[in-house]
Amino acid sequence: MTAYLLRRLLYALPILLGVNIITFVLFFVVNTPDDMARMQLGDRRVTQEAIDKWKHERGYDRPLFWNGAAGGLASVTDTLFYGSTVQLFSFDFGTSDGGRDIGADLAQRMGPSLAIAVPVLVIGLVAAVAWALVIAWLRGSRIDTWSAVICVGMMSISGLFYIIGGQYLVAKTWRLVPISGYDYGLAGLKFLVLPVLVGVLISLGANVRWYRTIFLEEMGRDYVRMARAKGLSDARVMLAHVLRNALIPILTGVVVLLPTLFLGALITEAFFAIPGLGSYTIDAIQAQDFAIVRTMVFLGSLLYILGLLLTDLSYVIADPRVRLG
Amino acid sequence: MGELVVLTTDACLFALIAAGLAFFFVARRIEHLRAPWREVWRRPAAVGGATVLAAFMLVAVADSVRFRAPGGGAAPDGGVDAEVLSALDLWLTPLRTRVETSYSAPLATHAYSRESVSDETGGMRRVHPRLRHGGAHLADPARDRAADVARRALAGVAGGLLCGLLASVLVVVLVSRRRSSTFGRAVGALVHGHATGAWRALLVVVTVLAVVVGVCAALAPHYHVLGTDKVGNDVLYQALKSIRTGVLIGSLTTLISLPFALVLGIAAGYFRGVVDDVVQYLYTTLSSIPGVLLIAASALMLDVYMAKHAIDFEALAARADLRLLALCAILGITSWTSLCRLLRAEALKLREIEFVVAAQALGVRHRGILRRHLLPNVMHIVTITTVIDFSGLVLAEAALTYIDIGVDPSMESWGNMINGARLELAREPPVWWSLAAAMGFMFALVLAANLFADAVRDAFDPRLRGGDGLPGTPAE
Repeated sequence: MTAYLLRRLLYALPILLGVNIITFVLFFVVNTPDDMARMQLGDRRVTQEAIDKWKHERGYDRPLFWNGAAGGLASVTDTLFYGSTVQLFSFDFGTSDGGRDIGADLAQRMGPSLAIAVPVLVIGLVAAVAWALVIAWLRGSRIDTWSAVICVGMMSISGLFYIIGGQYLVAKTWRLVPISGYDYGLAGLKFLVLPVLVGVLISLGANVRWYRTIFLEEMGRDYVRMARAKGLSDARVMLAHVLRNALIPILTGVVVLLPTLFLGALITEAFFAIPGLGSYTIDAIQAQDFAIVRTMVFLGSLLYILGLLLTDLSYVIADPRVRLG
Repeated sequence: MGELVVLTTDACLFALIAAGLAFFFVARRIEHLRAPWREVWRRPAAVGGATVLAAFMLVAVADSVRFRAPGGGAAPDGGVDAEVLSALDLWLTPLRTRVETSYSAPLATHAYSRESVSDETGGMRRVHPRLRHGGAHLADPARDRAADVARRALAGVAGGLLCGLLASVLVVVLVSRRRSSTFGRAVGALVHGHATGAWRALLVVVTVLAVVVGVCAALAPHYHVLGTDKVGNDVLYQALKSIRTGVLIGSLTTLISLPFALVLGIAAGYFRGVVDDVVQYLYTTLSSIPGVLLIAASALMLDVYMAKHAIDFEALAARADLRLLALCAILGITSWTSLCRLLRAEALKLREIEFVVAAQALGVRHRGILRRHLLPNVMHIVTITTVIDFSGLVLAEAALTYIDIGVDPSMESWGNMINGARLELAREPPVWWSLAAAMGFMFALVLAANLFADAVRDAFDPRLRGGDGLPGTPAE
């Protein structure tokens, strides 16, 4: 088990390195730092001195991959690629192109993102499982048919509609909650209600349909027939047997998402003006802040790989037959 | 007609349709590909969805056939200039050219906002001015508008119903001819839904579409059916123009990613060894980057690139066109990994099956085995993925455009319509029509695609579970 974990962690290194090469090529090779500087400084007729100064402040004036002038080992280490890669791998994210400390920003903005993402995940999971369990139990009935219609309808509606419609109806017309904003602590609760509701609705349709097929598959198995033959009640069969076993694939499907919760929901956060990492990323994209986008790509990949690892582990915990070797 | 102009994405759309038709004619001859399609054809929901999809496709094609307007003349630099119009533009000339000054509600005769006008006595009053075109033929809008709208709408409904009826009669005649049954029996089979294939669903959807088109066609020459936007453009016209963008993003993306996924996925599964390791490393790395961030990073780089090569992108249409193509390519690169994974797994399974082993034992070359035995046997996965991804990509366009990494702001798209109108809901009374139009059109297209995709998935692979191929909206 430990050996397996170690091997997986080591396997993550080349992947992260690959991610880093891709982003590096995108940001520094396809377009040179000069182009970036020109874009950041805004003016097309900006002087070469200003560009050089901007590049020097950020260390972008070093060679990309190979520093011929330095000689020896330094010809590899004193380059932009090596420097920025080592920085990212040591979790020293440096300063953004706008001059702010990225590490501090990340730590500060993680909280609001989690405050939205965790309730969305938990409430969404419970709602989808409950709904799917009921329609799997009543399969073929009118409720099942109409649920399928509603779910396909919900899947076909753009997420933007839920957000804009929710803001208009709940916040503007009914005045139940503020339209957007955020506050820390209990006072912030009223700001969370609508984004969480919208977040749950966006993924509900697809999840219900997916979970229903999982439940139906589980209900077709022999042990369920056996339980019924023993004379167990429907409720007991569904809750004690089907639900318990079907939760294994459902929960392991959720585990892979857990680490990426930190990154927040991009669009939802932007619309509701929540100061989380999702809106941070969007702001960086709109301000064309390359340092932040690069950091977020690195973090996102790292968390995704972590999620895959957690998924494997959760299989071992949930299903004793699985052995990792 | 003027000289024909073909933008890159137009060519891609035509190539896509040609590929689709070729696939159709190949599939007709091969039994194991024809059987699932027959299964799809029996499902009313799928046929209804396919009909709506076909209607959207028609609009997209009509919007891709472009001419340089006869009077406009070529731009001096030889590039594509603003005079280029599509067939759709020409048909919708009344909608395109009758521009108001600003917002007006659907079917309105007066503008949304007040303007100061001086009356006969010389004093200034704030009134809603009459629209230049909407309801301009009415003498007294307050009295005549409702009756006029109702009369025209009724005429439209009647026309639509007539078209639906004609189509139904045509179908009945064709079906009764082919099955050599009587006309009356064919009608009975159709009405009760006993006919092979979901003719009834097809005709119902065609009739509904005809009625909607009829009502719009009856009202559009005299009113703005869906209102006008901030600069006075007709919203219905914009929504119709946006169809091409949505359809292109939904289909072109998969077309671009298909070669990568097919070649790499099958090669990895078939050859194993080093090839497998490299391909696996490639797609694990790419798929571990969050989709939106990779798209954002690429879009940023495209911006920088375009800023640097501004000279090459002076023509607005060419620039928007390239940006759309780039967006499709970027979306394709982020989405080929899941298809590649599925194909690799399938190829792993197939290479152990007897007919492949036998072919190897008989000394058939690798290339022959891949082409003759593997490729045809993974086509069902490709088909399923293509139709399932479509709806997710259409939805993704709107979300990406909102973060400024979608299509060019000058291009008509539902995302741009939503983006431009979302703040106007805060006005009093709210300006809802642009949003509603974009959302409505998008919903119709995505719902049709979802219904069709469901049936295709069930028909081609009943075992493939819902969760394996759910459309991923990368931006949510």
